[in-house]
Amino acid sequence: MTILIIAEHDNGSLRKSTLNTVAAAQQIGGDIHVAVMGSGVADVAQQAAAVAGVSKVLTFDDAALAQATSEAIAAQILSVAAAYSHILAPATSMGKSTLPRVAARLDVAQVSDIVKVESADTFVRPIYAGSLLATVQSMDAVKVITVRTTGFDAAAATGGSATIEPQTVQAVAHSARFVSSEMAKSDRPELTAASIVVSGGRGLGSAENFHILETLADKLGAALGASRAAVDAGYVANDLQVGQTGKIVAPQLYIAVGISGAIQHQAGMKDSKVIVAINKNPDEPIFQIADYGIVGDLFEVVPQLTAAL
Amino acid sequence: MKILVAVKRVVDYNVKVRVNADQTDVDIASAKMSMNPFDEIAVEEAVRLKEAGIATEIVVVSAGVAQCQETLRSAMALGADRAILIETTELLQPLAVAKLLAAVVKNEQPGLVILGKQAIDDDANQTGQMVSALTDLPQATFASKVVIADGKATVTREVDGGLETLNMDLPAILTTDLRLNEPRYATLPNIMKAKKKPLDVTTPEALGVDVTPHLKTLKVTEPPVRSAGIIVPDVATLIEKLRNEAKVI
Repeated sequence: MTILIIAEHDNGSLRKSTLNTVAAAQQIGGDIHVAVMGSGVADVAQQAAAVAGVSKVLTFDDAALAQATSEAIAAQILSVAAAYSHILAPATSMGKSTLPRVAARLDVAQVSDIVKVESADTFVRPIYAGSLLATVQSMDAVKVITVRTTGFDAAAATGGSATIEPQTVQAVAHSARFVSSEMAKSDRPELTAASIVVSGGRGLGSAENFHILETLADKLGAALGASRAAVDAGYVANDLQVGQTGKIVAPQLYIAVGISGAIQHQAGMKDSKVIVAINKNPDEPIFQIADYGIVGDLFEVVPQLTAAL
Repeated sequence: MKILVAVKRVVDYNVKVRVNADQTDVDIASAKMSMNPFDEIAVEEAVRLKEAGIATEIVVVSAGVAQCQETLRSAMALGADRAILIETTELLQPLAVAKLLAAVVKNEQPGLVILGKQAIDDDANQTGQMVSALTDLPQATFASKVVIADGKATVTREVDGGLETLNMDLPAILTTDLRLNEPRYATLPNIMKAKKKPLDVTTPEALGVDVTPHLKTLKVTEPPVRSAGIIVPDVATLIEKLRNEAKVI
């Protein structure tokens, strides 16, 4: 068995989601290869080669792949797919957009968003916004899988010494063309990789009020998150949304401020190690999953908390 | 331009689903069913493109049991012009649905295909991408803004770190994210009108598609329940607990 992992990176460094995916591959067992696609990715390839458990790194390095579309990424994967029993990617925007294309072209099913490996062909994945877990067995020769990164501890970034093999880059027809991107810039840790997350909900009341969470987050070295209600109300940008349709997080500490805790929000954060809820309504569902709750006005509690840290 | 919209009949998002007695499936026998919310957004986008004079006809398609006709009727009450049901009692997985939709795309030759980004039952998030791969048409997933002009689509997508904009020739495949639009409610007169709109029924066999499942569900279970902890009286106690009990700060 040989497993191919599609690396996630920014053309400069390997993202942690790749390490979580390697960890899932280690549980499946077999040789692990990592494909690095992009432009000027020599550094990324070196980082991938150093990851514990990786035996080979395939590089697809071309200016045309600098902002690679899903069509382009899928075409590169398909050019080497015949050699693999499993093809894995993290269940990020990239993995979710790309891997189903690979599965369809190979005429196999995709197993989306796995949180557990039972065996080489059997995996556990959440359904109904994480209300239930399904154990599914793939009957296909090639298993195409996206990995929920919070389900697997990251593989060690060092200790490996894989060989690096440049590959022929495939041209792509009938593809979408990249125009521009507008990435949110923040000095805070990335939401999905942070060990502490401070999230705000509709209870904050306005975009201005959200600043009291920023002060708390900065003091804790935490990432900032938000419920869908807060994002829809325009308090913060979409990329901060935690939940079924936003980001899935599982930090050491999750502080939910003014968040009711609807099932769709819980789907994104209930695997956090410790959950703190601050809400003035003691009947909100968030208190049913919180390890520690404070019933009170967030505009009094949050500044007190910030001051006391 | 003709727009094809795919809709799925799913358990209503307000229903709390449960596992059946032998833990082999989800017990949905008596659950309220509705159109997948992301597909409502897809229908709404098509209707807006028609209202803007860009689309001329909206065709909705669904695959599944006979009751999917209700879902198609609700899509027509929202503004779709006609419907196609690919009727089968087989359990359809995303790959099979994508093949069925690709066959309909071939027959109908739409200028644009819009699907929800995922269904809220299986949360698979695959079908649109698979249709794109099978039809060799360009894709834009997680669309939050769509502009159609001069035979091209410019689509803003919600990606992990922010937004990305793609441009593509039509026909193209789009999947909708939450913020693309706010779906309207069907009015009673439109619900009545929808009953008279054409609804064709076909089958996977007629479309020449093999829908045999590729995945076997071995077990469905409830995840471990997270139990409620304690309510602390004040901030000082909270900090003490986080430092000394949970050891997370």
